[in-house]
Amino acid sequence: MNVAKRTFDAVIVGAGGAGLRAALQLSEAGLKTAVLTKVFPTRSHTVAAQGGVAASLGNTTEDNWHWHMYDTVKGSDWLGDQDAIEFMVKKANEVVIELEHYGMPFDRTDNGKIYQRPFGGHSMNYGQAPVMRSCAAADRTGHAMLHALYQRNVRANTQFFVEWNALDLIRNSEGDVLGVTAIEMETGEVSIFHAKATIFATGGAGRIFYSSTNAFINTGDGLGMAARAGIPLEDMEFWQFHPTGVAGAGVLITEGVRGEGGILRNDSGERFMERYAPNLKDLASRDVVSRSMVTEINEGRGCGPDKDHVLLDITHLSPETIMKRLPGIREISIQFAGVDPIKAPIPVVPTCHYQMGGIPTNYKGQVVVPKDGNPNVPVQGFYAAGECACASVHGANRLGTNSLLDLLVFGKSAGETVVEDFQSGNLTLKPLPDDAADMSLARIARLENQKNGTDVHEVRLAMQRTMQKHAGVFRFNELLTEGVTRILEVAEQSLHTEIGDKSKVWNTARTEALELDNLIEVAKATMISAEARKESRGAHVRDDAPDTAENPNGRDDKNWLKHTLWYRDGNRLDYKPVNLKPLSDDVEPIALAKRTY
Amino acid sequence: MSKRTVHFKIYRYDPDKDEKPYMQDISVELEASDKKLLDAMVRLKTKDDTLSFRRSCREGVCGSDAMNINGKNGLACLTDVDSLQQPITLRPLPGLPVIRDLIVDMTQFFKQYHSIKPYLVNNDPPPERERLQSPDDREELNGLYECILCACCSTSCPSFWWNPDKFVGPAGLLAAYRFLADTRDQDTNARLDNLEDPYRLFRCHSIMNCVDVCPKGLNPTRAIGKIKDMMVRRAV
Repeated sequence: MNVAKRTFDAVIVGAGGAGLRAALQLSEAGLKTAVLTKVFPTRSHTVAAQGGVAASLGNTTEDNWHWHMYDTVKGSDWLGDQDAIEFMVKKANEVVIELEHYGMPFDRTDNGKIYQRPFGGHSMNYGQAPVMRSCAAADRTGHAMLHALYQRNVRANTQFFVEWNALDLIRNSEGDVLGVTAIEMETGEVSIFHAKATIFATGGAGRIFYSSTNAFINTGDGLGMAARAGIPLEDMEFWQFHPTGVAGAGVLITEGVRGEGGILRNDSGERFMERYAPNLKDLASRDVVSRSMVTEINEGRGCGPDKDHVLLDITHLSPETIMKRLPGIREISIQFAGVDPIKAPIPVVPTCHYQMGGIPTNYKGQVVVPKDGNPNVPVQGFYAAGECACASVHGANRLGTNSLLDLLVFGKSAGETVVEDFQSGNLTLKPLPDDAADMSLARIARLENQKNGTDVHEVRLAMQRTMQKHAGVFRFNELLTEGVTRILEVAEQSLHTEIGDKSKVWNTARTEALELDNLIEVAKATMISAEARKESRGAHVRDDAPDTAENPNGRDDKNWLKHTLWYRDGNRLDYKPVNLKPLSDDVEPIALAKRTY
Repeated sequence: MSKRTVHFKIYRYDPDKDEKPYMQDISVELEASDKKLLDAMVRLKTKDDTLSFRRSCREGVCGSDAMNINGKNGLACLTDVDSLQQPITLRPLPGLPVIRDLIVDMTQFFKQYHSIKPYLVNNDPPPERERLQSPDDREELNGLYECILCACCSTSCPSFWWNPDKFVGPAGLLAAYRFLADTRDQDTNARLDNLEDPYRLFRCHSIMNCVDVCPKGLNPTRAIGKIKDMMVRRAV
């Protein structure tokens, strides 16, 4: 098959927050850049973020980056790298102010500054009381942010390839990254995007779980591509279950609801978080709140006829506050729960939301892999940012509003690094190997010719049910062991998917089959990494690692204070140290301690 | 809601194999959990994977799954399937070229959006901190910035059907007013100049289909009226 080649200085895959923020750096620096995106940019999943973006602006309550850093390290259960975390929290004010200058319609305080609300796990004075750190545009912060970033890219004349699906990463024999292959939805044609730099900003893979707040498009495409090209995936056992997905529908209800005063209640109306987190209560960290909710449900104090959810109550807030600060939540609640939250509480249940792990990067956005004894050697020409990357700032558990911050800071940082590398002449266009498109063409050809194969929908469902049952909010040794066997069986089935649609034009059946290839890599990485980590930490809590005097909360720093690296080849696991040392001398390392809220 | 069968009549066209479009009669048994039209369509797609449509967030914020549902534009993910009269007739958004099935070519729609310079223009050197804006001034942007670019409005507008290349259309004009109404924007005159011709703004005849179909409850007609007011005020 004849494959068209297109050449750019840089190719960015993904046009959500991270991709658009990176694109701005490149476009404004004059690099010839292609942004590939499988949906029109403003349809990327950043659009669904609700509650806010963290920055210690201190517009309403006193705040500073030291407190933000402490909260983030503690929230990560000390698995986050303190150099990257320091970098992120110090850059927060700058990147949020930039967005305001781009025109993002933040809500305002009475004196005209950016409005900030409290959020889970964010505190003043090292855990003492909630702080107002989440910069918000009503409960549509992601929408306001994504549109502002897209609009700024229109101004910067960024070149988009809309409705192009990236297929595979191209590497040469030295392991350098030379671009990607991609298929155009409208024509079904495969092209090579040959570039000096490749930035992945492909988002998460929340669709590996049956119940997820994530969009249909969140299929871990960048992770699948990286894994197939021999890049390891880091800390994939850590998945965030958001406390408040609409029961049954999975649609997200922002933590900002609790930031504005919302309360979680069990069947007797009790504010049960007071028992689990006496200090921050409903605004404890997400992993803590989700586990508390599941414990309430498991112990028979759930609500509804099946006692399978709890209630999120804002009926005590004034209708004016709800209409002004949480209008989108009211719409979602009416649409998907059939409840007007002004009048009655919303039924909610913990729902898969965010992938803490991803493609290993440093704080500059360079993808790093172990080589010759050094665990963090940059891969030439390869960068990643946002949910697909693992910098690692979220460690074992992300704080709400740190995801939008992550994608701004590291989208910009990856962009800046590419521009620097480009201008210093470190980036060159290396020759493409002859087989650059072979893997992608073979995958397409297999789908074209598969007979008596498996059904994409059935295999995906089997994967999602397996992940839900075997790697959920609470994890069990036996279920994890069984889960590894089961997910490898499902992965085997995914090799033989068959589609009925053979059209070249907008073949969504083929897209879903190709996406499943990516999802299944993420599912394997998750299950295998989770089975192997024999401790409880952050969002990964297992029955055989309980709270003891020696290992508080089940966390075993002696043996498990380390990042997991999963390699697709042979499902091999490797580990690398956590960076407990901050980037500068401005701050002391945040010392290991037991996490309580 | 329990299991039930729903009947569809769906516009189908695959340029790779069909000489011309046709309406397909098809039924599907829904699970109790299938509540929205999009749930039903996803269920239907497990039976016939050739049915093509866009979808992503499934909660009405990404704007992907706009289509013509029983004669009226809307989002499949925000439409209760049981509220619809059967057979549920699905067609692509009217007035735009069809690529395949329910997927339309939105080039013209976005071209118009881009034509209004959809970004903040402020030529003062940026301050170190945020530009200040009072809560009341910020309030002016409510009902404007929430647009999801689904194109339900513009593709329900007869003026846009007739002059998609010349009339900006309700979505683009809503965006134009979003920047005109922003106290931080300094490009008012150029923005009004850009709309001052017989077509770009003035082809709106207040038919108000846009208001009727907007899945986010926005009111482009009101925004267009305000732009016209600004034009008049500027002229006197």
